[in-house]
Amino acid sequence: MATREIAGKQIEFDDEGYMTDHTQWTKEVAVVLAAEDGISELTERHFAVIDFMRKEFEANGTGPSIRKLTKQSGVPTKELYQLFPGGPAKKAARIAGITKPQGCI
Amino acid sequence: MKKLVILGAGTAGTMMLNKLEPVLDRDEWQITIVDQFETHYYQPGFLFIPFGIYNKKDVIKPKRDFFPTSAEVIFSAIDRIEPKENKVSLQNGTVLSYDYLIIATGSKIHPEETEGMKEAGWHKNIFDFYTIEGAMALSKFLKYWEGGKLVLNIVEMPIKCPVAPLEFVFLADWWFTEQGIRDKVDIEFVTPLPGAFTKPKASNVFGDFLDKKNIQLVPDFNIARVDSEANKIISWDEKEVNYDLLVTIPTNMGDEAIARSGLGDELNFIPTDKETLQAIGHDNIFVIGDATNLPSSKAGSVAHFEADILLENFLCAIEGRALRAKFDGHANCYIESGFGKGILIDFNYDTEPLPGKFPLPGVGPFSLLEETKMNHYGKMLFRWMYWNLLIRGSELPIEAQMTMAGKRR
Ligand SMILES: Cc1cc2nc3c(=O)[nH]c(=O)nc-3n(C[C@H](O)[C@H](O)[C@H](O)COP(=O)(O)OP(=O)(O)OC[C@H]3O[C@@H](n4cnc5c(N)ncnc54)[C@H](O)[C@@H]3O)c2cc1C
Repeated sequence: MATREIAGKQIEFDDEGYMTDHTQWTKEVAVVLAAEDGISELTERHFAVIDFMRKEFEANGTGPSIRKLTKQSGVPTKELYQLFPGGPAKKAARIAGITKPQGCI
Repeated sequence: MKKLVILGAGTAGTMMLNKLEPVLDRDEWQITIVDQFETHYYQPGFLFIPFGIYNKKDVIKPKRDFFPTSAEVIFSAIDRIEPKENKVSLQNGTVLSYDYLIIATGSKIHPEETEGMKEAGWHKNIFDFYTIEGAMALSKFLKYWEGGKLVLNIVEMPIKCPVAPLEFVFLADWWFTEQGIRDKVDIEFVTPLPGAFTKPKASNVFGDFLDKKNIQLVPDFNIARVDSEANKIISWDEKEVNYDLLVTIPTNMGDEAIARSGLGDELNFIPTDKETLQAIGHDNIFVIGDATNLPSSKAGSVAHFEADILLENFLCAIEGRALRAKFDGHANCYIESGFGKGILIDFNYDTEPLPGKFPLPGVGPFSLLEETKMNHYGKMLFRWMYWNLLIRGSELPIEAQMTMAGKRR
């Protein structure tokens, strides 16, 4: 656990750098987290993914799988990997302020 | 008469039938089980077929051998479930009504989900071993193969028996050594996971084994397509891996009948309460085995532990009592590691695989997260247990709930 000040807010993170309370999230926070992950600009397409992830999280308590993301958000897999290089599910979840995707077993 | 319908007579469905049949009153309950095929496959045995350790007859038996006489058995494909009407339509035209439904339709592979996979190279130098056909074809191929680069690729998670791909490369290392051509074979393990396995401690241990056995690990590889002319696989972010022989674990999905019934998620797995095993939103439907969306491994051992929980909860449900048994995600997997040895892991939703002794704390005879001869015997014994105890619904000497006794953090 760690608390950091981002965009003027005190925000809590878990050990792996994911926000523990998704309601503290704002677009400004997303921009800072994205920059930390090497994404210098968040476009509309990024936000299409981020918004979808947040909606899913609010409805189900966990982020969507990549398959669900690409099926339902309208962003094809190829583009998803271009938007969030090196692991879209995890990266997009971190920037969207939700917990790490449950992943697999 | 009240009606219980069980869909799927594989590992989990057959086991549930054999557990429920002796305890449900025959004057009150009619039990019906439905499956499309008459042959029961011992799927864990598929792993051994490519290396000639088992052949086809070692892994098949007629399903009928495992059904109690009082149960009604229907061999037909399931078309769809209509949960609002409590009905199941079969492809042979029969419509079954039910008071309670147990879904055990499992999961299967879908190579056609990956672009280029099922084209020219399929069953020429691209094989699966998750089906009897794939395992047999690979066995034939390996007999004549003189070496080159063997790539094992997991397309995406979740897959059934998540340790089977590791076992495959461990056995391949052993088998090519036996054939005297290990120096002519490069083995690569290409996975979408960040390491050799899903859980951190075990992932490190397995990573060391890969190293020791001179098997290259390529992590974080999410396959987008197969180029079967150039013999390479390409990831979504345009990384490439060449192969001479590709052994793929294709996308695993639940049955299409689940999708047609509107009961599945994006992979046709059924949203299931992870403790009670009820289908979410349907109090009179239970789900067991690979068909669920539970965050536990898809394995026969898991289905076995679930069966004890399901039995207890089913008996509560039909008497209108609150469901009290809770599934903890318990999994227990023997991992064949080659050269007559094996590794054992035991874990659940909350506790990752840890070292120690099993099942008797401090005694064993099996060792957790360690490579021993005894663990290999456990694996080989599993086939006997499967046919004679497990799917017949008999008790095994392992508790449904995982225990910390014998484990070290
Ligand atoms: C290569 C390999 C190695 C494995 N190794 C191990 C191991 O070492 N240990 C272990 O514990 N587990 C292992 N497993 C996993 C284990 O085999 C499965 O987890 C287990 O069989 C799941 O049981 P199930 O009843 O859910 O599904 P299944 O046994 O697959 O049964 C599903 C049944 O439903 C039927 N069905 C599905 N859809 C329909 C339909 N529409 N109409 C009619 N019938 C239908 C099918 O015909 C089938 O009979 C392995 C699996 C594989 C492939």
